[in-house]
Amino acid sequence: MHIPDGYLSPVTCGTMYAISLPFWYLAVNRVRKVLTHRTVPVLALFAAFAFVLMMFNVPLPGGTTGHAVGGTLLAVVLGPWAAILGISVVLGIQALFFGDGGLMTFGANVFNMAIVLPLVGYFVYKVISSNSESNSPRRLIGAVIGSYFGIVAASLVAGIELGIQPGLSHALDGTPLYAPYGLNVAVPAMLIGHLLVAGPIEALVTGGVFAYLQRTHSSLVKADVPGKKEGKLWVLWGAVGLAALATPIGLLASGTAWGEWGAEQLKQRGFSFIPQGLEKIAGWWPAPLPGYGFPRMGAVIGYILSAFLGIAVVAFLLWILGRWLSRKNSAKQQASNGRGSAG
Amino acid sequence: MKGESFLTRNIGSFTGALESVILTDDLSRRQGLLQSLDPRVKVFTFALFIVVVGLARSLWILCAIFAIVIILSFLAKLSLVFFLKRVLLFVPFTAIIAIPALFITPGQPLVEIAGKAIMTQQGVHTAGFLILRVVDSVSFGMLLILTTPWTNILVSLRWFRLPPLIVDILGMTYRYISLLLHNVNSMFLARRSRTIGGFSGAENRRWLARSLATTMAKSQHLSEEVYLAMLSRGYQGEIYVLNPLKFKFRDSVWAAIAVIVAAILLWGNYR
Repeated sequence: MHIPDGYLSPVTCGTMYAISLPFWYLAVNRVRKVLTHRTVPVLALFAAFAFVLMMFNVPLPGGTTGHAVGGTLLAVVLGPWAAILGISVVLGIQALFFGDGGLMTFGANVFNMAIVLPLVGYFVYKVISSNSESNSPRRLIGAVIGSYFGIVAASLVAGIELGIQPGLSHALDGTPLYAPYGLNVAVPAMLIGHLLVAGPIEALVTGGVFAYLQRTHSSLVKADVPGKKEGKLWVLWGAVGLAALATPIGLLASGTAWGEWGAEQLKQRGFSFIPQGLEKIAGWWPAPLPGYGFPRMGAVIGYILSAFLGIAVVAFLLWILGRWLSRKNSAKQQASNGRGSAG
Repeated sequence: MKGESFLTRNIGSFTGALESVILTDDLSRRQGLLQSLDPRVKVFTFALFIVVVGLARSLWILCAIFAIVIILSFLAKLSLVFFLKRVLLFVPFTAIIAIPALFITPGQPLVEIAGKAIMTQQGVHTAGFLILRVVDSVSFGMLLILTTPWTNILVSLRWFRLPPLIVDILGMTYRYISLLLHNVNSMFLARRSRTIGGFSGAENRRWLARSLATTMAKSQHLSEEVYLAMLSRGYQGEIYVLNPLKFKFRDSVWAAIAVIVAAILLWGNYR
């Protein structure tokens, strides 16, 4: 996901630096408050660890291999603000020494991998695992699902950054000057790769390491940094709200999302043959908000409202899942405590 | 991936990174023209060139910049083959991304087969832009890092008013990356020397998770020890560095040439 120089226009690069700056500022202040004089050695060692983690070749079932980013893992162990700084430092060293990711695109890479990834991952982790014991399976599930969502969200943002390039800057004869593919290609291309390969790798590594830490180094899993208090969730909610506010970017995309064509649109796309099954099931599930828009409402407002509603539904489902898991876990613990006292 | 190749591949990736770190340090201490320049001037001028690469709107300008890069690599006494190998490493990845653009970018047909446009002029141009921009920008980054000791880059970053906290973390991270790479490399070598035949993918994944978790716990432990060591040496939240850098006459000459060349290249955009 490291975007090299040359893929994004200088204007986009500048904008992404500007967007990342306040996050860095906040992160430096918050981390300093918590870690005080330990900030430099703790962050340096964990950043070095994150660098090494990104070098590991992870074998996936089926024979492919890949690398993890580890942003969610770092956020879960150190807190999201420390993760922002740690991963940023790693990205800087990778860009300087190994040419992995550009120097002009550094702001964009930081936003995708060091800000969106750990914040989304940590948010999902928190929602699923809130108030559970450090060795609870809910924490493990939270870390796994969180890391998956984190990297997919990061790839979505990267896809959007790449996809808006041809519209933003092209030569007089229409030649795109930077990344040549529009949103309808760039977003699905990024998403598919991350939904199917990079996401599972991230979840696998995060889950494996987290489970082992739970068994052997539970102090690390509790985010037991001296003086560290439970993070305030409202900051994360704010970040999610901001991301949702950015949904109008989706309106820049022309046409239907890649691969989400209905039977009619397939015909428009020149498909002469519509799979019978598709025609049969087409009317079977009437979407409550067809085309992500409320009926009889401005397209833009409808689109944004749909985004918020979608986020609310997903958050609610995750919350229910969390509650259910915590009940199950506490029941199990009570049972085992009962056995303990009886025996 | 069987056990043997899984271990070998990881060992390869760790040693590759270690080698590159050591080699970079070695080359940056050679006696070439670029090495003798003040790092602050180099950071500024190379950043300027990277911005010019980003702003260029003609393939000719990008080609001219690549010619400048080659001249600079001579001035840095870098072996051309070595330098090109390091820079062109990034071409295949971008080429794979650029190839479809040759065919799907709408525009004037360049190659036609059976009356249908197969490759368009705009497609060729956009692919050229992408590849040349990547090569040019990576080249300047590489030239900077191959001709400047890391400590001097850190001193210049401080001079450019980057927060000292960030510069300190950057410096220390780099130092411990080498150490941790050494550690995991030894872990994998030890494992490999005890392995006959292979393991299943699932077993490899479990082992990988264990070694990563152990490394993470070790890093945390080490950070505590490093902090205590720093405290015992009088650390009070700030690292003081000596600034051995001095502007020389040749630095101003170099800066002037670089700014003029950059201005000429940018002027080429509007010609």
